[in-house]
Formats: sequence, structure tokens, C-alpha cells
Amino acid sequence: MSEGVLTPDVSADRDHIQGSKSAPVTLVEYGDYQCPYCGMAYPIVKSLQHALGKQLRFVFRNFPLSDSHPYAQHAAEAAESAGAQGKFWEMHDALYENQEALEDHDLISYAEQIGIDSDQLAQDLEDGAYKARVREDFRSGVRSGVNGTPTFFVNGRRYDGGWNDPDQFLRALRTVADSA
Amino acid sequence: MASGTNQQQKSAGILQAGTQAPQFTLHSTPDQTLSLSELRGRPVVLAFYPADWSPVCGDEMALFNAVLPDLQELGAEMVGISVDGVWCHAAFARTRNLHFPLLADFEPKGAVSRQFGAYREGDGVSERALFVVDGNGDIAWSYLSPIGVNPGADGVLRALESLREKSGASTGPQADERRPASPRGDRGADTEARA
Repeated sequence: MSEGVLTPDVSADRDHIQGSKSAPVTLVEYGDYQCPYCGMAYPIVKSLQHALGKQLRFVFRNFPLSDSHPYAQHAAEAAESAGAQGKFWEMHDALYENQEALEDHDLISYAEQIGIDSDQLAQDLEDGAYKARVREDFRSGVRSGVNGTPTFFVNGRRYDGGWNDPDQFLRALRTVADSA
Repeated sequence: MASGTNQQQKSAGILQAGTQAPQFTLHSTPDQTLSLSELRGRPVVLAFYPADWSPVCGDEMALFNAVLPDLQELGAEMVGISVDGVWCHAAFARTRNLHFPLLADFEPKGAVSRQFGAYREGDGVSERALFVVDGNGDIAWSYLSPIGVNPGADGVLRALESLREKSGASTGPQADERRPASPRGDRGADTEARA
């Protein structure tokens, strides 16, 4: 139904990005830190990044389904808070590597582990400082045709090819890279 | 839920935009009913789905649940409908923390789904179909999804926005509340048209 077009497009001003703008392939993930499927996708994305190197730019946007995953919203806000302190990806990785422990005190301990101001993070969670930002990601996902997590976009188009077979996913991205 | 390859996209037989929505009254809980006419005056989103608990349906209802604040901001009511009974719906809604009613098209089985052209005879379940009914009770938009595919909520949001534009400020107290300027940024500036 959806045209499955990423809206808005990737922007260096607001998105969390790994890799170069000149990479021929941009992979955007809409994910939920408490979603088990996103947890399964986490090492797959890492393997894609490893295999494709400079050919791949990776972007993560929040899509927490809070009624199904009660810790997902705060986990997303924690990652944004860490991002404001320059360590988004460190927190992103810590969350996916510790999906079974995402209560507020866990989030604060990850802040300590990655070396950011954990009091600031705790305050941000309490204030809901990044609540609107997370919702903005969520809305952009709905508009773009995200219908579950994780949903991936490859160069702005929804990727419906199945992500859970890493070899197939890699082949699909290589095809895009080669034709770019 | 098996994927229905014989029923793709636009459709077979669901009621289309411009048609008056059939009236119905169904149980929303063991001792309460909901009639479409009670919701007159504001847009209603009707999401027919095959079954409580099946994975795609769960995701679809979870998605609409999460999008509910945006639907409400557009003045709309959200309702899910399947042939499951009230107790099944109650357990499903409680487990998934759903914040909108699920109606039981249970007896006579599938009668309302049939009226909307959204019943799968062979399977005995509702189609995965979405309808936006306007404040006058007319269907403003409809969509039949392949049964195994969560249709997402973007089509519903677009239909509700277009209704609001048409009706100007007359759709209710929230009608002139401007949505935040999201999505923002460069719209599709370097989106590549790659299939």
C-alpha cells in the first residue's frame, strides 16, 4: 500500500549515521531496542557493515512499540541522550547487546560504562527530554510505510526482501552497490 | 496465517470510497455493544483482520495502537474487527495493551465483514482490510491488503488528513490543531528511484 519511500530522507543534521555520505548504499533501519527481531538484526547489520566497508552508510531511527515493549521508549530516549553527549552508537550497541536488561537503572549503568554523564542521562529520562525526538522518528517511520520492526530502507526505498538471511541481504546490497 | 496470493491489492470486492458504510452493532465486550452510528460526526477507522494472536495481526494491531495518538489528533476513532469472540478479544487486547475497541463479528459469523466485502469464504475469517468512514457515515477510503502483509498506517493517515482538508475547520475541536512540522528536512531530495 505504501509507496515505501523514506520520508524524510537521511539528513546529517538530525540522523545518527555510520559511514560516508559518498557510500553507494545507504541502509536505514527503523528499530525498537526491546524488539527481539531487532536484536536478531543487530549482528546481521554489523556483518553487513564489515563486509561492505566503505560502500555502506548505516542510519538508525527509532520505532518503539511501547505497548508491546514497555522499556523500548526509555531505551530509545537513552540512546538519544547519549547521542547528545556524542556517544549514540556506543549506547545503541550496549542496548542491543543487553536487550534483556533495559530498565532505567540498567540504562544509567550503560551510560557509566560508555563513559558519559549518567546523571545527565537520568535527568533526560526523567524530563522526557528526547521524547518528542523519538516520536518524530516514529512518525516518519509510519509515513514511510514501516509496518513492523525492524524495517529497512535501502537508498530510500523500503527493503522487503527479508533481512534475516544475511547472505541474501548482503547480495541485495551488493547488487545495489554495483549498480550505483 | 497463510498468505493469500490470490487476493492482491485493490480489490476483489471490498466496498470502495463513495459508498455508504453499512450500519452495524457488534459486541465490544461481553456486556457492551458498539454501533457505527454512535460514532457519527467524526471519522472512523475500521481495521478488519483475520484473527487475534496470529503474528501479522498482532503486529498490525500493535502498530495502530502506537499510531493511535496521531489518529486521535486527526479527530478519528479506531476500531478493530475480526470473527473472534468477545472473550478472545478481551484476552488479546489485555495482553497487547490495546487502547481501542475490538469488535466481535462472531454471530452470525462474519456478517459485518461480508457486508463490507471483507470476508474470506473459504477460510472463514475477515480479510485484512482498512476503511476510513467519514463523519457522515460514507466510506472515504478503503484498502485490501494481502492477508499476510501488515498494511501499515500511512494510507489511513493520508485519508484522514485529506478528510480534514476537505471539511476545513468543521470536523471538531481538534480540526485546526496543526500537526507538528514532521516529517521535516529535505523531502526525498536525493531519494533514488531504485526498485
